[in-house]
Amino acid sequence: MTASEPAMNAPLLEAGQLAVNIGGHRVCHDLNWRIDAGESWAILGRNGAGKSTLLATLAGLRPQHRGRLSIAGLALPHASAGAGARAIARVRGYLSQHQIDPFASTVMETVLVGRHPHLGRWDWESAEDRRIAGAALNEVDLGGFAEREVQTLSGGERQRLAIAQLLGQEPQLFLLDEPLTHLDLSHQVAVMELLTRRATEGAAIVAVLHDPGFAARYCRQALLLFGNGEWLAGRADEVITATNMTRLYGHPLRELCADGNRWFVPC
Amino acid sequence: MPTRRRALLVLAVLVGLALLSLLVALAAGSLPVSAGDVLCALSGEQGGLAVEVIRGLRLPRALAAFACGGLLALAGALMQVLLRNPLADPYVLGISGGAAVGALSAMLAGLTLALMNLAAFAGALAAMLLVFGLAHGDSSWTRSRLLLTGVIVAAGCGAVVALILSIAPDDGLRGMLFWLMGDLGQATSPWPALVVLTLGLLVTLPFARELNLLARGDTLAQALGVSVGSVKHGIYLVASTLTAVAVTTAGSIGFIGLVVPHLVRLAMIRLGWGNDQRLLLPASALAGGSLLVLADTLARTVIAPQQLPVGVLTALLGVPVFLFLLGRQPNDRQ
Repeated sequence: MTASEPAMNAPLLEAGQLAVNIGGHRVCHDLNWRIDAGESWAILGRNGAGKSTLLATLAGLRPQHRGRLSIAGLALPHASAGAGARAIARVRGYLSQHQIDPFASTVMETVLVGRHPHLGRWDWESAEDRRIAGAALNEVDLGGFAEREVQTLSGGERQRLAIAQLLGQEPQLFLLDEPLTHLDLSHQVAVMELLTRRATEGAAIVAVLHDPGFAARYCRQALLLFGNGEWLAGRADEVITATNMTRLYGHPLRELCADGNRWFVPC
Repeated sequence: MPTRRRALLVLAVLVGLALLSLLVALAAGSLPVSAGDVLCALSGEQGGLAVEVIRGLRLPRALAAFACGGLLALAGALMQVLLRNPLADPYVLGISGGAAVGALSAMLAGLTLALMNLAAFAGALAAMLLVFGLAHGDSSWTRSRLLLTGVIVAAGCGAVVALILSIAPDDGLRGMLFWLMGDLGQATSPWPALVVLTLGLLVTLPFARELNLLARGDTLAQALGVSVGSVKHGIYLVASTLTAVAVTTAGSIGFIGLVVPHLVRLAMIRLGWGNDQRLLLPASALAGGSLLVLADTLARTVIAPQQLPVGVLTALLGVPVFLFLLGRQPNDRQ
């Protein structure tokens, strides 16, 4: 018997002996990973290590090569086919690296798209859905933008809109591929703070990041992908070290401390 | 996006316009008729010559025009979502080309009208399966592969059509050209097209919100729980079937399938309602149907008793209207 509804007591995400490949490149093998509510994970690795591929696999958007994978007790990729895809979409949200807008649309409509998994086949967006969407826009500092045309937004505004869409989806598991792309420093901080706030409120976040300093500051856990299939997972303060970062990026990095935060700069 | 009530209101207005266009089509023509004749014909009472003309000639033709316009506009709207390209039309994947090869071959062989319709439908289905099979050759069912396959198949059909035209006897050429340009004079019964149009709407409307997501990219749609693969295959099959039925009924009438969904979308964006397929699909079908009814009425009255192929009129009227509206669109949509 296979469950079709998410289980409340199961871990939000569980991977066992997971192997992920893309185009002959081995992203990871024998990955054993468990993500529970309240956790905040950073995925770090150099370009081409397979961070996005791993994240898409975890989201159920592409099949794994081998191994077990489940979201809230629903086994992937089996459960992500057909009607199960909607059940999974109510639990896990996925922010893709690129946002495309082939057709004209307003900011409000774009956020409301995130409500899709919560609406029945014949439902239209209710006042409650619009309230949730409006609140999501406020959270990403796009409060007055509801009627703006999406194609007129700047890169950073468009990225925050994508995050608002994800907030409107109200998932418990946030899988974020480079959530800080195009954002200025103040919005990078604001977005990381609002995401980690979600984690303290009972969700879990997994974010592909490029700055080990941001990862160390905002995420309590980290997964390093070394690009040859090897991986290292653990508490951020133990895993994100100058030695590991030097090995990870193939370039000597130095750790600097200021105001209790650790930052990594190239030597 | 519009609220449900507003969407229904818009659709009600469009239904009214559609009925109005049908009335115009029944009343206009070389034989003058009175309002009483039209009422008499519609209520099924016996009447004179005028009633017979309305019931026997004008009504079936107007209904066929409505169905074909609706089919083409709906198919165009679906293709634009499938190919995620506002410039796509129902013919871009070679369906009309396949139908043209079938229809013209039948005309060349001197077959009856019924067999010609059958050949046109078979040609359309063959082109559809060919494109589907080739584009589906490996699992990567990508847009560019589908588009490229369709364009190549259409080009091949175009060559065969040119070949048939060049070897056809002179007295058959006129019928072939009218078929190619689209002409409702050859429509026999409106019912198959009307039934397919209704079925097409019934099948696609439950998936309209999924189509909204698909128009924003496969990854986003998949992440939000849409079964992208099956929905895309479904749209392709439905849109192709609608197109095949339309071209079988009235030849390849151009422009409706490209312009009507576009105009409806443009109007919806003006109103701040965006690209919502829940309204766009039925509104396109109604608007496309009404437009083709009016165009066909013009085609058979403007230089009566001679009739023009309606495809020529849709393009002649559509091009300037479209360019005008596109030019009026403000560049900074803020």
